[in-house]
Amino acid sequence: MLSVRPSHHLSPGPYPRLVAAGFRQQSAYRLAALAGLVANTTFGFLKVALLLATVEAAGGELRGYDVGTMSAYVWLSQGLLGSVNLYGRSEMAERIRTGDVVVDFLRPLDVHAAAVATEVGRGLFALLPRGVPSVLVGAVVVGMTMPTTPGPYLLGAVSVLLGITVSAATAYLVAATGFWLVETRGVALLYMVVAGFLAGLYVPIGIFPAPLFWLATATPFPAMLMYPVDVLSGRVDGLASVGLVAAQVGWLLVVGALGQLMTRRGRRRLEVQGG
Amino acid sequence: MAEPHGSALAPYRAVLASRIRSQASYRTSFGLDLGSSLLVGLTELAEVAVLFTSVSAIGGFDLAAMLLVFGLADLCFSLADMVVGHCDNLPEYVRTGRLDVFYLRPQPLLLQLVTSDISLRRLARALVGLVALVVGLVVNDVTWGFEAVGLLLVAVVSGVATFAALFVWAGGLQFFLVNGSEMTNAFVYGGRYAATQPGTVWGRPLVVVFGFFFPMAFTAYLPAATLLGLDTFAGLPAWAGWLAPVAAVWAWVAAGLSWRTGVRHYQGAGG
Repeated sequence: MLSVRPSHHLSPGPYPRLVAAGFRQQSAYRLAALAGLVANTTFGFLKVALLLATVEAAGGELRGYDVGTMSAYVWLSQGLLGSVNLYGRSEMAERIRTGDVVVDFLRPLDVHAAAVATEVGRGLFALLPRGVPSVLVGAVVVGMTMPTTPGPYLLGAVSVLLGITVSAATAYLVAATGFWLVETRGVALLYMVVAGFLAGLYVPIGIFPAPLFWLATATPFPAMLMYPVDVLSGRVDGLASVGLVAAQVGWLLVVGALGQLMTRRGRRRLEVQGG
Repeated sequence: MAEPHGSALAPYRAVLASRIRSQASYRTSFGLDLGSSLLVGLTELAEVAVLFTSVSAIGGFDLAAMLLVFGLADLCFSLADMVVGHCDNLPEYVRTGRLDVFYLRPQPLLLQLVTSDISLRRLARALVGLVALVVGLVVNDVTWGFEAVGLLLVAVVSGVATFAALFVWAGGLQFFLVNGSEMTNAFVYGGRYAATQPGTVWGRPLVVVFGFFFPMAFTAYLPAATLLGLDTFAGLPAWAGWLAPVAAVWAWVAAGLSWRTGVRHYQGAGG
């Protein structure tokens, strides 16, 4: 299907194809996708019960959230959960641990960009069997307030793509610590605990007390989940929503640069070890 | 089944002792694991606490009462998780053929699986639960006496048994769902999350699923409501917390059926 052309500097290179490969690879696990959907919706119903009870206890409005917008937060965040890597585990971590990464360095590809591109493809695929259906279940069974103009959806799509990419690039940093540590399970566990909480997975960061809120915004984690949810749900709109997307781009540049640096240092370390 | 004599259990004791020694020997890794487990417990507590920075009560439970529910649920879950939580690894054992080795030995499969690992780092989680429970008992207005102590003992023992049953229940289903273990995570970890909530916030479907079918409400919320004299959900009487052992028995009946069906269905990994 894919035509082989001599590469020249105008072609986008192999990375879009790696995104597509990651997408296709994930489509092989249908039962896993269904299982993920069941898990997402179960947690969605439990979260929505607790958070809507909290909104009601607050008199119908909790720091800018009403019943409709809180429900939108719950279901959009549950929908993104399969696509955004908040667990810190990745295939790259395993390749570094086993030493398979040596083969990757022999290929005419940027190891870092290739790993992130494949992960982004996987994340995009998960939107189909997990993301969209969870949001639909929530919309039909519980109901939610969503924007009525196309703007938030268009910018929201960009924000979701950026969120998935930032999470893939950050999870890569966890894997890259393996060049020095070999076993990264502990780092991944630590990442999982911190990422979920600060990304706004359990409670929207907008209702955090001020010091905790500023701590969260000083990390890349809200750029993975909270910002895409805020933009897509229209809770943050206009110039402020463009600001959130800009922050995502900023974090992508930071974690991307760090990934490049760690990959180069890591490669040298492998060579020293005789890999 | 289990022999009345201590000698029959001696091999399991030896295996467990060696697992414990092996974990403690990698000090740095063990320390990091302990620290992370502690942090997991603390963030889960923080999630609840954050909500109470805006409101004074959720579903009729104030922060003090919620702390009691959280502590009870978390302590019971962590203890069950430490002993049988690695039943989660069943798909991994199936894929790698390790389970086939268990089938070759003349010992009950479940007992071998249970003693194949014991995660000491989960003690840190249990500690968070225990501290939350103790603080919860201190800050609430509990009328101390034989009744309160008895209720707490019944609740902890039944709660650990119910959560342990949940893991075994899930393990049985995982023989069918090797690639879909997230399906069972939905009720094991979803169940843990449900157990930390006051049942009064649930709509009818959740009452059916996590109130009675997977009897999570009986592990922490109902005993706490009985202890504090608070309203219970679904029109249950005020003494419903004492029914925790009934819930544990039901959970083990379901777990036993699930496990037997799974074991009979298993065809081997082709090793």
